[in-house]
Amino acid sequence: MAAPVFEARSVVRRYGGALALGPVDLSIEEASTTALIGPSGAGKSTLLRLLNGLVAPDSGEVRFLGAPLAAERLPEIRRQMGYVVQGGGLFPHLDGEGNVALVARWLRWDEGRVERRIAELAETARLPREALRRFPSQLSGGQAQRVSLMRALMLDPPVLLFDEPLGALDPMTRFELQQDLREAFARLRKTVVLVTHDLAEAAFFAGRLVLLRDGTIVQQGPAQDLMDAPADPFVARFVRAQRPPP
Amino acid sequence: MILILLAIVVGSKQFTESVIVGEIATQALQASGAAASHRRELGGTRVLWEALRAGQIDVYPEYTGTISEELLPGERDLAAALGGMGIRMGQPIGFDDSYAIGIRRDAAERLGTRTISDLSRHPELRLGFSNEFMRRRDGWPRLHEVYGLAETGVRGLQHEVAYRALLDGAIDGTDLYSTDAEIRAGGLTILADDRRAFPRYQAVFLFRKGLPPQAQRALESVRIDQQQMIAMNARALIDRVSEQRIAADFLGMRAADPEGLPRRVLRRTGEHLFLVAISLAAAIVLSIPLGILAFRRARSGQALLAFAGALQTIPSLALLVFMIPLLGIGAAPAIVALFLYSLLPIIRGTHSGLAGIAPEVRESAHALGLPPRAVLVLVELPLASRAILAGIKTAAVINVGTATLGALIGAGGYGQPILTGIRLADTALILEGALPAAALALLAQALFDLLELLLVPRGLRL
Repeated sequence: MAAPVFEARSVVRRYGGALALGPVDLSIEEASTTALIGPSGAGKSTLLRLLNGLVAPDSGEVRFLGAPLAAERLPEIRRQMGYVVQGGGLFPHLDGEGNVALVARWLRWDEGRVERRIAELAETARLPREALRRFPSQLSGGQAQRVSLMRALMLDPPVLLFDEPLGALDPMTRFELQQDLREAFARLRKTVVLVTHDLAEAAFFAGRLVLLRDGTIVQQGPAQDLMDAPADPFVARFVRAQRPPP
Repeated sequence: MILILLAIVVGSKQFTESVIVGEIATQALQASGAAASHRRELGGTRVLWEALRAGQIDVYPEYTGTISEELLPGERDLAAALGGMGIRMGQPIGFDDSYAIGIRRDAAERLGTRTISDLSRHPELRLGFSNEFMRRRDGWPRLHEVYGLAETGVRGLQHEVAYRALLDGAIDGTDLYSTDAEIRAGGLTILADDRRAFPRYQAVFLFRKGLPPQAQRALESVRIDQQQMIAMNARALIDRVSEQRIAADFLGMRAADPEGLPRRVLRRTGEHLFLVAISLAAAIVLSIPLGILAFRRARSGQALLAFAGALQTIPSLALLVFMIPLLGIGAAPAIVALFLYSLLPIIRGTHSGLAGIAPEVRESAHALGLPPRAVLVLVELPLASRAILAGIKTAAVINVGTATLGALIGAGGYGQPILTGIRLADTALILEGALPAAALALLAQALFDLLELLLVPRGLRL
């Protein structure tokens, strides 16, 4: 059997002495969609950043496609993972197209190839070409997030990592983008890991949910399992708190 | 080039008498067949002394009192002490520039006062002394002690105010230097220092032993008596005649044609730009990497910023004087000083520009798989460009202003007419340096504003 895309083994991470995460063991299979959920400060974002090496573990090990995340190989490894953060994290000095094409141009793709790929992605992200000529400060929140998605997909990486991708958007925009994202995931067959604090959103996107609390995994499995068979009273409270009022 | 190496360099201090004597020495050397040039109006005693010891200048006029009190305090045998440093003291030139007491001629004649001792018999005379004279140990305290003069009726005034008060009849006597130009103009009688209260400040040349004998003879032939020196000071300060012309007249030679205003300004602009451009370019090349380093390594970064900040607090003249033994006089030490002063604004600008980048933007750049160098070049530096340019702009404006001080150590530039103008109380001359300097500062500012349009990415200017 092929190695899992990600494998975290007894990973521990501290921030200034305080335990932020761990020990955590987690395995993520190819072409799966996994949602890391939990309340604020549970360690979701830290776990996501451990996966692409933005954060290094204090102890334990993270493996990508069977090999440890070696510091000298990080740039190359990261180019196999798209990454989208809340707010988009766009480079304010570059227009939309400059953001999307930055790494491809640094890799010296020829302009024709860059051009074709951008046209393709604009369709996937349902973004008018005109918006790509604007600078981040001139884009709406939803447009910025679509540009950020295109940027993450530019090199056609097998893995996509999302950190609260829809967190800062108004409900209408958020709903539209949720639909478009799910469609894109289904079509592209990527391995997707996303962080959200919203149970409904997690259930909407992901086949498997990983619920964290105080830096450790409390329960993982399909959304229905968490609702039907909570592993402990915290899970039950978390699920109940997210249901709409009767 | 060989000619320049062999040329005898004469220095002079930043006051009129020294410049005139320096000019006379220069022209006398030239008349003797030597190649000689005059580094005029160097900062002060320390600058001249260090430059002479370092061999940057070969000769300058000094006063025996200054040598014994300031340069070699406590030395009994000045000639021997100087000789040990490879320096010789020439014969007295012929005039003294000591403290003296002058009183209004009408009062002197009416009361028959000729000496300072006579003063004590006329307590009704109103005396006004300069503040410096009141304070200095060899000034009023000494006079009071030696002649037993009463302190009643003695007032401390500013030097210029004292002269004016004397002319207006508000006071009857004041302290002055025994070669002051005002002695010729003001209708004053100098009282003889009959009990030798004041140390003597005889003018002499200090020169390097290695000077060719012919040149030494030319210097020794320069003789100026008290009345001649007073008259020459007055011609410069009151009649506004140039020192070159005064010196040429004294030696009975034809003065070289003076340089016209446009040529002067053009030459100084060249000198000033040279100082600014080289020091600023070097500071930019070094400070941006240092600013990046300061940001990447927080602890050594703090130490680096503190060091650059400390450099900024060294007074410019002190910094210039420190560097004379290492770099001599002229453009080199001025460029190094300006370079050091330009470091802080650029390092700080680079540091704060990098520190101001939003964390999620920097993180995105790394998460996209760009190696650190590419993150720096493609993302961090463009985002910090405005702050870096602001730092460079600040450095440039400070640099243009501070470069005027380069004139104190013979670097030329716009500072030269400013120094001369202050010395001669000639506003037009001060403006001849100050206006182009201000214009250059504004021009530098405008240039960097333009550069900002070109270098700061458009996305950051929306």
